[in-house]
Amino acid sequence: MADKNTIRRHTISVLVDNEPGILARVVGLFSGRGYNIESLTVAEVDPENHLSRITIVTSGTEMIIEQIKAQLDRLVPVHRVSDLTVEGPHLERELALIKVHSTGEKRVESLRIADIFRARVVDATIESFVFEMTGSSEKLNAFINLMQPLGLVDVSRTGVVATSRGPAAI
Amino acid sequence: MATDQITGAACVIRALVDQGVDVVFGYPGGAVLPIYDELFQQNALRHILVRHEQAAVHAAEGYARSTGKVGAVLVTSGPGATNAVTGLTDALMDSIPIVCLTGQVPTHLIGNDAFQEADTTGITRPCTKHNYLVKKVEDVSRVIHEAFYVARSGRPGPVVVDLPKDILQAKTTYRNGAAVKHRSYNPRLKGDTKRIEQAIELIAKARRPLFYCGGGVINSGPKATQLLTEFVRMTGFPITLTLMGLGAFPAADPHFLGMLGMHGTYEANLAMHDCDVMINLGARFDDRVTGRLAAFSPGSKKIHVDIDPSSINKNVSVDVPIVGDIAHVLEDMIKLWKARQARPDQKALAAWWKQIEAWRGRDCLRFRNSDSIIKPQHAIKTLYEKIKGRDYYITTEVGQHQMWAAQYIHFEEPKRWMTSGGLGTMGYGLPAAIGAQIAHPDALVIDVAGEASILMNIQELSTAAQYKLPVKIFIVNNQWMGMVRQWQELLHGGRYSESYTESLPDFVKLAEAFGATGLRAEKPEELDEVIRQMIETPGPVVVDCRVDQTENCFPMIPSGAAHNEMLLGPDDVAKPVSEEGMVLV
Repeated sequence: MADKNTIRRHTISVLVDNEPGILARVVGLFSGRGYNIESLTVAEVDPENHLSRITIVTSGTEMIIEQIKAQLDRLVPVHRVSDLTVEGPHLERELALIKVHSTGEKRVESLRIADIFRARVVDATIESFVFEMTGSSEKLNAFINLMQPLGLVDVSRTGVVATSRGPAAI
Repeated sequence: MATDQITGAACVIRALVDQGVDVVFGYPGGAVLPIYDELFQQNALRHILVRHEQAAVHAAEGYARSTGKVGAVLVTSGPGATNAVTGLTDALMDSIPIVCLTGQVPTHLIGNDAFQEADTTGITRPCTKHNYLVKKVEDVSRVIHEAFYVARSGRPGPVVVDLPKDILQAKTTYRNGAAVKHRSYNPRLKGDTKRIEQAIELIAKARRPLFYCGGGVINSGPKATQLLTEFVRMTGFPITLTLMGLGAFPAADPHFLGMLGMHGTYEANLAMHDCDVMINLGARFDDRVTGRLAAFSPGSKKIHVDIDPSSINKNVSVDVPIVGDIAHVLEDMIKLWKARQARPDQKALAAWWKQIEAWRGRDCLRFRNSDSIIKPQHAIKTLYEKIKGRDYYITTEVGQHQMWAAQYIHFEEPKRWMTSGGLGTMGYGLPAAIGAQIAHPDALVIDVAGEASILMNIQELSTAAQYKLPVKIFIVNNQWMGMVRQWQELLHGGRYSESYTESLPDFVKLAEAFGATGLRAEKPEELDEVIRQMIETPGPVVVDCRVDQTENCFPMIPSGAAHNEMLLGPDDVAKPVSEEGMVLV
């Protein structure tokens, strides 16, 4: 077990009623209690039962993470809180759209690196590309860093979505 | 159209009545006129007109805390709702069940900065347990029933239902609340059996045990307080209570060590520091209780029972966490205790009690009395002596008088003591006393007040006068914001910045202006007679009790200090408070 003061990154999946204000409740809880949000994604996942899934990447000591989970669980419209980081192997993916503005050798180099990273070109002009890339946050970070000297203009990222491995539901 | 269609406003009234509400505290305004119109045309529900919406919530808190029922509040949109925010936050911090109905501008005007519009659900989101904006008239009755369920179940708290005016006027079919079940909110009542076994194991082996119990025991209900008393007597262990827990265990029982915490007793705090097994039932390791966390009860194994999982391991790491309702868990604990015929080490326990009695022998609540000036401690102690044995309910404002009331007034049963513990809201006591008096018309309800706090909701004297409520307001008047002055003396070199009130009103005349009776005590020999008159005079009475201006509240754990670093009185020279302590409130 790590030292209790070690700060760790956790990915938490929260199943909630899709009702007005639920996102504000979750975000307000984090800001009001001084917790971190590294990324947060939300979308309806079960239209029939009006359920949405919120995936939050946060960091904190073990005690803080336990608090975050307990506080989330306390919100009335929250159905289930799962800490994917501790509940066994899981998958994390993020999608990014990365715009690069360059010509000549830099332009060719950006395309070559995109190919290595399996990024797709989704928009092109004579002097720009928009790459679409899916992968772990680390992979996205690595690619974006490489694009920096090659004319990086803009990055849009979705934040992390995640699920557990294997047949069981989260 | 079916004939059983009624307006949203009529649904509101029916839902309240179905939920067992007999009184609602409120203040009318444009957005809630349809509800007030319905109120006018019925007799099942009584409305108490307060003079400020903050007081409506505090009054509902006083009602709820003295009865165990949900308190109901009705206020208008905009300023009605924003004025209620302090009360709602107070109820959230102290876990008091409240349903607060707020009016709202009609749905088509929401977001338009309409007259008396405020984003009520946005503003109250962090200060309620839950809130609703009702956008369809068909939802009105269901949402109100759900609001009552959420407010009273689990860890109780305030719930806001925001009702746009067009929704109140539209028609629908009423639905009763018989089948309210929430799809995601179903708090757990039974504690985990394994954990309860572990707890009993620890308790049975304890050599220096201590029960540390809080408001959660009272919120759990009369069965919990009865089981607690039974269990404490069965084990023979000492018990201390938090400010919120006073009354959960009879104060006259010798097992009781008094309140703990910043102004708790010497014996309670030292027992907390030195115990080897701490049994926390329904308390939350609040910073007023723990003192410096790093030095908090360093040698003990800690058991913590709480219905709210987020209370566990929040401030203090515990060894045996149990999520559940106190009454349910205590029942299981007692069963297991009896089945095991557990008998803790009697020799160790006797030695522990001997130590505790030695601490008790310090008589930490002793103070130097005076013949020439009324000491505030003496005033409150005398008040207690005069009301002892009567059917009394005590509320307080916030500050020194509040702590003295907690120290010198004793409670033998729960729901008799109402004070703003978590939020520390000055102005709480008078409206809370009004709420308690409405619930218990024949009881002796006293607001122990300070002269600064009482001015924060003094307008409620008008409410007390209108309903001829015999609330007694006992103002311990030292002309200072006493606790502020005390901290300035102890922590800020005696620079009394803005803590003296220059132009206090004449409280006797003030009482008379409101149609109440005003009394004054200035000398110790007048005190007995004034208190007697206060109790015997019908209707609301204000007592201006002039006390020593310089008295400080002891014992005290200075901020940033540990339980075993208490100041017992003015002669204890305080160590300079650490930098760490200075930033604490």
